[in-house]
Amino acid sequence: MSATAASIDRPRSGAKDTISTFARDNAWTLGLIGFLAVLLVYTKFVNPYYSLGSLASTATSVLPLALAAVAQAVVVISGGIDLSISSQMALTSCVAATMMKDYPGDGTAVVIVIGVLLLGLLLGAVNGALVVLTKVPDIVVTLATYFVWAGFALLVRPAPGGSAATWLKDLVVGPLGVDLLPKAAVVLVVLVAVIWIPLSRSRLGLSLYAIGSNPLAAFRSGVPVNRTKFLSYVITGLVAAFAGLSLTASTGIGSPVPEPTYVLISIGAVVLGGVSLAGGVGGVFGPVVAVVVLQLIRDDMTFMRVDPNYGLVAQGFILIGVLMAGSLIQMRRSRA
Amino acid sequence: MTATTDTVNDRAWLRPAAWRNLLRDYPLIPLTILLVLLVITVELARPGTVSANWAAFTVRQAAVLAILAACQTLTMLTGGIDLSVAYVASMAGFVTATFVHQPGGWAFGVVVALGASSLAGLVNGIGIGFFRVHPLIMTLGMGLIVLGFSNVWQLQSVQTGSGVPAELRTLGTGLTADVIPNDLAVLVPVAVVLILLLRRTGYGRMLYAIGDNPVAARLSGVRSWQVLVVLYVISGLLAAIAGLLQSGLSNTASVTLVTPYLLPSVAAAVIGGTSILGGRGGYSGTIVGALILTVLAGFLSIILPEPWRQIVFGSIVVLVAAAYTRVTAAS
Repeated sequence: MSATAASIDRPRSGAKDTISTFARDNAWTLGLIGFLAVLLVYTKFVNPYYSLGSLASTATSVLPLALAAVAQAVVVISGGIDLSISSQMALTSCVAATMMKDYPGDGTAVVIVIGVLLLGLLLGAVNGALVVLTKVPDIVVTLATYFVWAGFALLVRPAPGGSAATWLKDLVVGPLGVDLLPKAAVVLVVLVAVIWIPLSRSRLGLSLYAIGSNPLAAFRSGVPVNRTKFLSYVITGLVAAFAGLSLTASTGIGSPVPEPTYVLISIGAVVLGGVSLAGGVGGVFGPVVAVVVLQLIRDDMTFMRVDPNYGLVAQGFILIGVLMAGSLIQMRRSRA
Repeated sequence: MTATTDTVNDRAWLRPAAWRNLLRDYPLIPLTILLVLLVITVELARPGTVSANWAAFTVRQAAVLAILAACQTLTMLTGGIDLSVAYVASMAGFVTATFVHQPGGWAFGVVVALGASSLAGLVNGIGIGFFRVHPLIMTLGMGLIVLGFSNVWQLQSVQTGSGVPAELRTLGTGLTADVIPNDLAVLVPVAVVLILLLRRTGYGRMLYAIGDNPVAARLSGVRSWQVLVVLYVISGLLAAIAGLLQSGLSNTASVTLVTPYLLPSVAAAVIGGTSILGGRGGYSGTIVGALILTVLAGFLSIILPEPWRQIVFGSIVVLVAAAYTRVTAAS
C-alpha cells in the first residue's frame, strides 16, 4: 500500500497538471493499443492461418475475462479490491445456466438474464455493505465472500452443466456481418459504453475517483465516502454478473468452480492497464486492452509450439516487468 | 499505547473497555477460549469425536496451515502479503517427489526444492523491496511464474515417474508413541524460532517498524529493502517446508496440491490477530488461528455438505475479522 504513496503525495492541482496527467494516462492506453496492433501483426506472422475470422474466436474467449477486468477496475479505482469476482462469476453463471435449462424458451431467458443481473447487484451490495459496515480491510472481506459465493454456486449446481438460450450464445459467438467485427467485441464495447461512460461522467464517477485518490480529502469536500464505496462494489457486482453471463453464453454451461486464475489476471490486467492499486488513477479501457494483450501472448506461444505453460510464465513476467519498469521511471523522476 | 487509558480507567476492569484492551493486547487468551469452546461444541454435537486420534489428526492438518500462515503473518506485519506461497509450496512437494527415482534421491530433491523456493522469494523481495512493486501484484505474478514452471517440469518428468518419499510420509502422517504427530518436530522449532525472531531480535522489530510507519522506519535508518528481501526469502523457505509436509501428509504430489490452503492461510493470520495493514500481530496467535480454522473445517465437513461448509467458513472469517476490527479500532 505504501509503494505508490508517492504518486498520491505529488501535488496535482491546476489545469495544466490535470491535462498532463490526462495525457500521460492516455499515452499509457495508447501505447498498449499500439502494442496490441504489433502483437496482432506478429500473430499473423507466426500463425498464417490466423485470419480475420479467428478474431471472433479470440474475442469470444476473451470476453468473460475482459468484463472481469472492467469489474475489478471499478473497485480498484475507488481504492478497494475485490478478490471474490471469480466466484461471483461462477455463481451468476451457474444460476443462469441452471435456470435456462429448467425453464427453456427465449422469452423466459430474458427474464432470467435480468434476474441474474439483479443477483449480481445483490452480491456486490453484500460485499460493499460488509466492507463499509465492518471496516474490515477489503482484501479480507472479499476473500471470505469468495468462499461464500463459491459455496452457493456449488449448491445451485453440484457439477458443471445446464444450458444457455440460443440467442444468448448467438450474442457472443461469431462475427457480426463482416469478419472484422466479432460479436463479442461489439458486446464488450456496448456494455462498457452503456455502463462506464455515463458513470465516469456522472457525479458518482467523480466521487469514485475522489475516494480512491484521497478518502479524507474527499470526505472534507463533501463526498459521501461510505455510500460511494458501497456503490463501487455494487457496480462491480453488476459487471461481474455480466461476466458470468458471458461465461455461460460462450461455454453454453455453468461451472460451479471459480477459475482461480481469473482473479489474478483481472488484478494484473487492471494494473497493466494503467490503474493504480492505490486508487484514483486510470480507466476501464486500458485494462480491457491489457486482457486482450495477455490472452494473445498466450495464444501466440501456443501457435509457436512453445509449451503453453510458458505462457503462464510469460504473463507473470510481463506483469512484474512492466511494474518494475514503471516504478523505476517514477523513482528517476522523483529524484530529478 | 494502552498505558494512559489504563490509568484513566483505574478500577474499571469490569467495563467493556477493559475487555477490549485485554482482547487487543493479549489476543491469545480470547482465541484460546474460542478454540476450547469450539472443541466442546464438536464434542457436544457428536459425542465421542474428541479423542487422542482426533487431536493428532487435527494437529497434523493444522501444522501445515500454521507454517503456511507464518508466511502471511511475517509479510503482513510489514504491510505486505505473500500470495505465491501456495504455488511455491506445491512446487516444493512436487519437485521433491520427482527426484525420488533419480540419482541423488529425494534428499537432493529437497535441496533443489528449497533452492527454487528461496529463489522465488528472492525475486519477490527484490521486486517489493527494491522496485517497490505492490506485494499483492508481485507475489501474484510470481505465483503464476512458479505454477508455469512447475507445469513445464511436470511434463518433462512425467516419463521418469514420481512418488512421495517414505521419509516425508513418516514425517507427515506418523505418530510418535501413538499420540504425538511427527510433524510437530517441524512446527515446534519453526514456531520457537519465529516467535523469538519477532519478539527478541532487532530484525523482528524492524518488521513491525516497517509495517507501522515505513517513512519513520526509513528515517530511523532501517534499510527497508534489505529487510524485505530477507523477509520474502524466509517466506519462500517456509512455504517450501509447508509444501513438503503437506505432500507427506496426503501422500500425493501435484503442482496445485497446496492451492486450497492459500486463502485459509491468510484467514488464519487474520483470525490470529495480525493486521493486514501491518505493524500489529504475532505468530502465536496465528498458530491458534490455524488450529481454530482446522477444527472448524473438520467439524463443518462432518455436519454439513461441502457447499454449506464453504458458506459458513467464509461467514465466520468475516465475523471474527469484524469483531477484531471493532475491538482494535475503538480506543
